[in-house]
This record gives sequence, structure tokens and C-alpha cells, in this order.
Amino acid sequence: MNVIFEMFDYDFMMRALIVGALLSLVSGLIGVSLVLRNKSMIGDGLSHVAFGAFAIATVLGLTPIYVAIPTVIVLSFFVLSLSDNKKIGGDATIALLSAGSLAIGTIAISVSKGVNIDLNSYLFGSILSVGAKEVLTSAILAGIVVVLFLFSYNRIFAITFDEEFARAIGVRVKVFDMVFSVICSVVIVLGMRLLGALLISSLIIFPTVIAREFSKSFRGVVIFSAAISVVNFIIGLVLSYILGTPTGATVVLVNLGILAIAKVVGRTK
Amino acid sequence: MGEKILEVRGLRVKYGENDVIKSASFVVERGDFVCVVGANGAGKTTLIKTLLGLVRPMAGEIRIKNSGKAESRRAGFLPQESKIELGFPATVFEIVISGTLDELGAWPFYRKREKERAIEALRSLGLMKLKNKSFSKLSGGQKQKVLLARALASARELLFLDEPSNNLDYRSRKKFYENLKKLNEEGMTILMITHDLDAEDLIGNKVLSIEDGEIKMEKTEKFLEKYR
Repeated sequence: MNVIFEMFDYDFMMRALIVGALLSLVSGLIGVSLVLRNKSMIGDGLSHVAFGAFAIATVLGLTPIYVAIPTVIVLSFFVLSLSDNKKIGGDATIALLSAGSLAIGTIAISVSKGVNIDLNSYLFGSILSVGAKEVLTSAILAGIVVVLFLFSYNRIFAITFDEEFARAIGVRVKVFDMVFSVICSVVIVLGMRLLGALLISSLIIFPTVIAREFSKSFRGVVIFSAAISVVNFIIGLVLSYILGTPTGATVVLVNLGILAIAKVVGRTK
Repeated sequence: MGEKILEVRGLRVKYGENDVIKSASFVVERGDFVCVVGANGAGKTTLIKTLLGLVRPMAGEIRIKNSGKAESRRAGFLPQESKIELGFPATVFEIVISGTLDELGAWPFYRKREKERAIEALRSLGLMKLKNKSFSKLSGGQKQKVLLARALASARELLFLDEPSNNLDYRSRKKFYENLKKLNEEGMTILMITHDLDAEDLIGNKVLSIEDGEIKMEKTEKFLEKYR
């Protein structure tokens, strides 16, 4: 127990806890709609785009977060506009963007001279990289998403269950898709420094997949997903401190472990 | 001629470069049960989607009139089952009440009247026992009835159904058609796309056939005479 109190004596750990818990809450909520609509790979694609944007911004001496957020938002709209395209499918677009952005980012880092970039921290995250800016942005984002969810919950359900029916009764599906894209982009960019480009999308996917094992209702899945997401992050953060393992990877393994337990419990019910 | 509930004039719909519907004009009267037939790709679903406002027509006019309130209410809609994830985590009530969403306007939460309407839709199809059951645990026939209840909660006077008997076995299909006939007898006007041309599936009083972009509406008996 003392170890836990001790770890939060460090400012950077406290910042990581606040940002991580807030982003977990947000990703646990938006993940429900993305996962149940089979759009969860958008998060994975956008995290690679964020990596490319971060790398270029760092090489050019710009503030990475200010470059990455608009870049990822614009490209998320691009993915959205192509998701219904029969010629290039949404998944193919995401794969192309992922590989392209990763390649651009890697080349930018490799050709830059006099810039010291730790590639590992971009790919796998670093809790040392979370600053006061991220704390404030995460708090604002979490506030917006919780209010949005509360007031649009019934519309989000309708879109998630049956997009076509939702459109037929007048729900503006495209507007919701755009709002979700913006939120998803900001979560990815903020969370990427903490958990890494390769692991951040797990924050969106795991909680919903786990929550589905515990609840038969949509409301239950939403509540479970948000709660599980936050709890698993905190467990992962504490374990990573105690075991001296990377935070991103530890959080993913905690989620994987809980999912395995949920599956086993679900089978025996 | 009875009271018009749906009136279509000079409707033209394109899909890509092709005219799916060239110039359609027809009237559906209150209490009609119209079966929409045509070959695969003839434009049956496109027609229904256009009537619902999901597809923008190139030309023409669509007027839906419910209980004297001209064009004020949308029709109920039951999409093809294949578009819905059958393992979706939701209770029957959550799904059915979502049919009343357009009644909310800007208000974010369901009120007493939306809840009562959902209950009424469940009751009319004998689904009250399943109210709190998980949708994923229901049989194919029950799932289709739940989606029909959602369409009912959405509109009480005009229903559009897109191949509702797909994926249903013979018994479930028969029961489902019985429900539809009962709803129609109680005053519901129905437009149903059907895949088969068997007399068993053409349960309505009229048939709307689509062939090469041309639309023709006739009495079911007259339509069936051609196939006997």
C-alpha cells in the first residue's frame, strides 16, 4: 500500500494517473459505439497518423500536440468519407493511411539531424511525457464527452444498433460520426504519448469487448465499459510502477487478463 | 376511392448511371396492404428508401399524410434483418423504445408518453414477456417481431417493411404474416417488399411490381392470374 502512496508523490505519476483515467473514461464511452458498429480499427489507423504527425512536428521544431490534433481530425474525416466507398473499402483506407503515416514518421525521424527523438517513447509510450497541457485538455475533453453521452445517449443507441433506421427517423448520423471522429482523434493524440502509438487503440477496443461479457443491455455495456476502462488503467499504471514495466503494455495486459477471466466466467454461467 | 395516405407523382430515382425508377406515379390508400415485388436489383429497396427520405430522387413528389397532419410524421420502417448485428447487446425494450426517438425533438430523454407507446407496441405483438430479455438470446422470429414492434412504436398508420420474412423458417414466417394481417385489419397501412411471388407471400390486397424501372400497381388477384 505504501508503494501506491509513494508513487503518487511524484508529479509525473499524478499527471499520468489523471490524464490516463480521464482518457480511459472517454475511450470506454466512445468505444462502445465504435466497436459495436465494427469501426474500432479507425482508432488503430489514426494512432499511426498521429505518430507521423508527431514525428514531423518534432523534426520541424513545432509543438507536436498542436500539429497532431488537427492532422488526425482532418484524416479521420477522410477515412469517414471513404468508409462507404465500394471501390476502396474503409478497412483498406485505414491500412493505407496506417502504413503511409508510419513510413512518413520513420523517414522524418531518420533524416533529421540534431534532433534527439526517442522512437520507443512514440511507439510504446512514456509516462514522463505527460505535461500540464495534457491534463487540462483531457479534463475538458472528458467533460464534453460525458455531457454529450448523457444528452445524446438515446440517439447514440439508435445509430449504434441500426444506422439505417436511425437515419429514417431523422437522426443526423453524419453529424454524430463527425463528432465521434473528432473525439476519437483527440483521445488518440493525447493518449499516444502515454500509451504509445501501437497500443493506444486498445483503450478504445478492450473495455467494450469486456463489458459485453457482463451485460445484456446497451446501458449496462456503456456503464461497464467506462468503469472497466478506468479501473483497468489504474491497475495497469500501479502494476507498471511496481514491476518496472512499460505502462502502455502493462495496461494492455491487464485488459487482456480481465477479458480472459470474463470469457471464462461467461462460459461457466 | 379511399383516403390517400401516400401519393407519389413522377418519381425518378438514379443509382449511379442507371435509372432505377424511371417515372413512378401511384397512390396508396388508408388500410391498403401493398406487396412490392420485382427481380433482384429491380429497385425495390431503393423505392422504399426514397419514400423514407433516405435516398434523394432526381425528380418527383412524395406526399405522406397521417391522420390529417400532412407530411408531419415519418412512416415506420423495418429494414432487412441482415443489416442488424444479431448478437447486439440490448434489451427488447431498449430497441422498441428507440422507435419513438423522433417524437423527442430536441429533448434528450424518453418521457412517459414514449414509454407508453413502446409498451403498447410490445403488447400489440404479444411481446410483453420478452420486454427485459436480451435481443441476442431471441429466436429469429422473435427478433423480427421486436423490430416490427420498433417500427410500430415509430408510426401507427404507415409501415414500410423490407423483406421481413428473410431468414425466417416456414412456421415463423406464417406467424409473422399473421401478425401483419392483424395489424392491417386494425387499420395499419403496409408496404412490404417480398422476395417470393408465391400466393402465400402476397398477403396484401395490392401488388406493386417494378420491372425495368417501370412501376405498376394492381390488385393481388389480378397480378396472380398472370402467374397461374
